[in-house]
Amino acid sequence: MNFKHKYLFLLPGLLVLIGILIFPVGFTVRLSMSSWDSFFPGLDYVGLENYFRIFQEDSRFWEAFGRLSFLSVTTVTLQYVLGFALALMVWKDIAFKRFFRVLFLIPMMTTPVIMTVIWKTFFHESLGPVNDFLNIFGWNPLWLSSEILSKITVIIVEVWQWTPFMFLLLLAGLLSLPKEPYLAASIDGAGPYRTFIYVTFPLMAPISIGAIIIRLIEASKIMDTVYVLTSGGPGTATETSSFYIFIKGLREFQFGYSAALSFTYLIIMIISLTIIAKVLVRLMIRDN
Amino acid sequence: MKLKLTSIIPLTVALSTASAAYADKWSDMFPHIKNTGDIPGECSYESMSKKDYSGQKLTINTHAVPVMGEPTALHAEQFSKLTGAEVDVIHTPAGDLYSKAMVPFQAGQAPYDIVFGFSNFIRDWMQYLEPVPAKYVEMRQMKDVTQSHIDVASWDGQMIQYPIDGDRHYLKYRKDVIDNPEYQAKYKADTGKELRVPQTWKEYAEIASFFNGWDWDNDGELEYGSAEVMKKDDLMYAAFYSRSVAYSKNPRTPGGFFFDLENMEPLINGPGFVEALTDWVEATKYVPPGGINFGLGDEINSFGGGQTLFSFSWDDAFVAAMEDGSPIKNKVGAAPLPGSDSVWNRVSGAWEETYNQAPYIVWGWAAAVAKKSKNHEMAFDYLCFFANDANHQADIAIGRFGVNPFKKSDFVPEIYVERQGWDEQIAKEYSETLIEMEEKSTNRVFPLRVPGVFQFNSALATGAAKALAGQMSPQDALDEVADEWRKITKRIGADTIREAYAVGVALEDNLK
Repeated sequence: MNFKHKYLFLLPGLLVLIGILIFPVGFTVRLSMSSWDSFFPGLDYVGLENYFRIFQEDSRFWEAFGRLSFLSVTTVTLQYVLGFALALMVWKDIAFKRFFRVLFLIPMMTTPVIMTVIWKTFFHESLGPVNDFLNIFGWNPLWLSSEILSKITVIIVEVWQWTPFMFLLLLAGLLSLPKEPYLAASIDGAGPYRTFIYVTFPLMAPISIGAIIIRLIEASKIMDTVYVLTSGGPGTATETSSFYIFIKGLREFQFGYSAALSFTYLIIMIISLTIIAKVLVRLMIRDN
Repeated sequence: MKLKLTSIIPLTVALSTASAAYADKWSDMFPHIKNTGDIPGECSYESMSKKDYSGQKLTINTHAVPVMGEPTALHAEQFSKLTGAEVDVIHTPAGDLYSKAMVPFQAGQAPYDIVFGFSNFIRDWMQYLEPVPAKYVEMRQMKDVTQSHIDVASWDGQMIQYPIDGDRHYLKYRKDVIDNPEYQAKYKADTGKELRVPQTWKEYAEIASFFNGWDWDNDGELEYGSAEVMKKDDLMYAAFYSRSVAYSKNPRTPGGFFFDLENMEPLINGPGFVEALTDWVEATKYVPPGGINFGLGDEINSFGGGQTLFSFSWDDAFVAAMEDGSPIKNKVGAAPLPGSDSVWNRVSGAWEETYNQAPYIVWGWAAAVAKKSKNHEMAFDYLCFFANDANHQADIAIGRFGVNPFKKSDFVPEIYVERQGWDEQIAKEYSETLIEMEEKSTNRVFPLRVPGVFQFNSALATGAAKALAGQMSPQDALDEVADEWRKITKRIGADTIREAYAVGVALEDNLK
């Protein structure tokens, strides 16, 4: 096979890569250097003007990013803890093991937008069943219209929806663990707690890091839950970066500026997630 | 008022009588118009049946079912049967109507012959739309449209959008409570004041607070003072403008409500607007639990379901409350938006201690024909058929259709009494409220219709939402909005915004 043939075989993959990754990113970068909006359509050139606007004028974007960080870290931490607990529960031989494994996966199989509408109905402060029940005890929490509770509501819905994903990955990890370390631990007289701390958790570290990073990437794009549940409100209490970019792009039709926001956000996420992954590897695998 | 009504009633009667000859034939085929039969006109069923559009296709982008989407699809089906045209109706959520049309517009494509949207899209869309031809503007059915809605559909005297719907914000209240002698006595005893339809926003707040959180209709459930659209990015800016007009639209200071036309300085953080936002923050205490998160649908359900004493916004909540099967049919009343005991004078920089009231002719549904469409005549015929007298009369009786009165002949109380079973007094109040706002007031406010209108309204919604949520004081929130408006104006160009805004100001200042 000569040199040219080798590159010919690479061509289909290369074309797909250009079509689905390089062109969209390149176009976004070009768009971010234009002032395209509802009144001035087209790819004019304004240089880095939109980027200066993000860093000099747009405090709302950075506030939204801070909120996103809080929501992502909180939801993924809770999902990891709960997902791990559920996976451990059905890992061993228990009654109705298969039934529980399927049951725990159901939330992930439902459509997020539809489930969020249902959750919104549950949490509706004057018409929803949750407050109907709590009213019996004289409580009437403002699930969607209090600045603090609205964040908690978003967290509840996200944790409910995506804990099964964490459960699935961690259960797959548990099922693939070697048996020998457990035999050794058993011979050494280690109880369940010590076995978990010194055997299961360290062995699961690589899978845990992968699961956490995948979920962090997904959680950092949180949009549908916020859109349906609170529209970013009350005020801007639950406004996240992706929802803010959506408002700028598809509500206000500032295509150029929203492209700059998207690209800035992409860069920040790549840097942040790389750092988080490295920190997690150090924390969880070092002792291993 | 009497003069207008006396001229309209014989016209309606004459039209109804004239329609009798066609009623059986067309209403048998199309039960939708069973109450009136066909009503003669250039775009009636009879007239359309003589057109032949066989082999031609019309593509329409409209709202999701039912609001506006259902009548669009229904009239498309009827139009297709009458003319032989193939009509493809695409339904789009409200939030995407603007972009779904705008993206192909900007790309120079014409996937849709007709686009539905909101009337305040007009400035951004108009360069891509075909003006309504003189033939349609001169038609008798168009002559019946109120001047306010001709103005809303037109730009600088040229009609761009075809009038299919009429919208304005007005007050809806529970008539059975306000007119109840027992409650009137109780209110007087407790507050020393008369219980009546509120004349000012302060009075609105007092009455709403009094009737907040107790079971005043004895249905075993708690009722509340007011249902309002307060959810950010869900048309809440329109609700805020409704609360602001009384304090800020001063008939003695022409030259702009949203901006000072001379220097394009935003007026949105002036004392009148701040007072309105302060009232609105106070209103969070007398809305139902979670009312701060109410969108338009919640407002309609809340007031229409009998949960609140007051509501103000588009017609839908009132029509829903007055439909057959509603628990509060014939228990609700309509009145102009409350006014204020003082109005800000931005020229003198002082409050004028005088009663002020200003109708807000808010934007509503609009439809237009794409300039690049190859089927202009068929498209305009469809819109003309959509809004013909028979279809229009049937459509405005169905709350979920979202078609509201915009023709002078709609403001005749008898049609609501006879066709929809409304109480005579309620029908009279409703008709008078609407016609007074549209035809008589000289202190009206029209919606902001400038390039980048979404940026301005979105900035306002964010600021107002922050104040409602307690994140900022009303003054700080509106100062932030004004700063944002200045930046938007600078980006788009003050002269560009001024040129567009002047068209609306001319209407408000009664110059045209």
